[in-house]
Amino acid sequence: MIAIVDYRAGNLTSVLRAVKHLGHDAEITDDPQKIRAAERVIFPGVGAAGESMANLRRLGLDKVLAEEVYRAGKPLLGICIGVQVIFERSEENGATCLGLIPGEVKRFPPSVGKVPQIGWNAVRYAAPHPLFEGVPDGAEFYFVNSYYPAPASPELVFACTKYGISFASVVGCGNLVATQFHLEKSGKVGLKMLDNFCRWDGSAPLTASGRFPC
Amino acid sequence: MLTKRIIPCLDVRAGKVTKGIKFKGNVDIGDPVDFARLYYEEGADELVFYDITASNERRDIMLEVVRRVAEAIYIPFSVGGGLRTLEDMRKVLLAGAEKVSVDSGAVRNPAVIAEGAKAFGSQCVVLSMQVQRVPKSEKIPSGFEIFIDGARTATGLDAIEWARRGEGLGAGELCVNSIDQDGARAGYDLPLTRLMAEAVGIPVIASGGGGSAQHIYDVCTEGKADAAIVASIIHRRETTIPELKRELNALGLPMRMNW
Repeated sequence: MIAIVDYRAGNLTSVLRAVKHLGHDAEITDDPQKIRAAERVIFPGVGAAGESMANLRRLGLDKVLAEEVYRAGKPLLGICIGVQVIFERSEENGATCLGLIPGEVKRFPPSVGKVPQIGWNAVRYAAPHPLFEGVPDGAEFYFVNSYYPAPASPELVFACTKYGISFASVVGCGNLVATQFHLEKSGKVGLKMLDNFCRWDGSAPLTASGRFPC
Repeated sequence: MLTKRIIPCLDVRAGKVTKGIKFKGNVDIGDPVDFARLYYEEGADELVFYDITASNERRDIMLEVVRRVAEAIYIPFSVGGGLRTLEDMRKVLLAGAEKVSVDSGAVRNPAVIAEGAKAFGSQCVVLSMQVQRVPKSEKIPSGFEIFIDGARTATGLDAIEWARRGEGLGAGELCVNSIDQDGARAGYDLPLTRLMAEAVGIPVIASGGGGSAQHIYDVCTEGKADAAIVASIIHRRETTIPELKRELNALGLPMRMNW
């Protein structure tokens, strides 16, 4: 079973619908027992980093995700806000986040143009990852974001995207991988990447090659 | 680089797709889910559904359409038409829409924009507006006035001022529909779209008048739009989304070409 973590962060049903459409068993849940028992965990959501973190702490899910999912080696996918809360901190409300991987989340500077970025943008691979199998390099995915991940090391960056600046759009470390774009709303390439996650055993890919920014 | 979006718009009346000219004389042309699936397969970047049903049971019919569409396509889509309250918005989003589009309801009660943005995030709230050219006056300095209720009722609101106010209240995108150009397929209203795009910092979707790839190119360059609504030209299969995208790509407009 795939647990889709419910931490009151917007509409999770689109992720559930997409995963079920791909033929995988999944459930939206905030129950720590079910999340512990799941084979893999998806951590989706739209919203604000500060509020998301507050909800995770209130529901007691911050420790479950850090200790029993991430450190236990279970495949873990973050989407959108789910990529942002895995860092140490966010500029959004000065939130302290889960700190699963080193780095922070920054706001797009006004020089990039319209904020939030809304629409389809190209995702260029910086390093190979099992998620990318069968998905062409440079394909466009659907983004809605005012903030972007800024990992501490280029070795955490598996793909990047240009919106005025070049930013990390797929980050990962071992069994954890996260996309700033919405896999569940990105048509066939998004479904393919989501399906790849649903079949991934979480074995650590080679660290990224450090080709960031790309 | 962010691509420009091609967004098919489907007017839905009592659960069927319908198409009219200048808000008059509608004809039913098919099932919304069939249209949604076809346009998804053909590379639409997003879809918009407007519920134009004029009866009390419309909400339930439309919510069923939204649920069925959400199971058929995996790109964003928005739903508008007759949404007045936070509860109206919530139902549509829970049924599977990515965004809600508010129009006349927001003119009557602007607070609903702020309520929606606070509850669901600005990215969920599209402020849609029907705009008509009028003589410039003290009240309408831009010469563009907001109309409501299917373009039948003038409001006395200046379109540019309303757009700025909507952005301030938390709207995440603007959809600007030109009443003058609607259904005429003679091109989008370029001066209107450009004025809007320069007045706000949120994405602007141009609507009304799209009849060719050149029209879309013009509104996304000269008109500074981020996205363009297309309707009758593709519903009647005079052209297709892949054809439009190929032409626009050849003209140098950034387009999503993998789907």
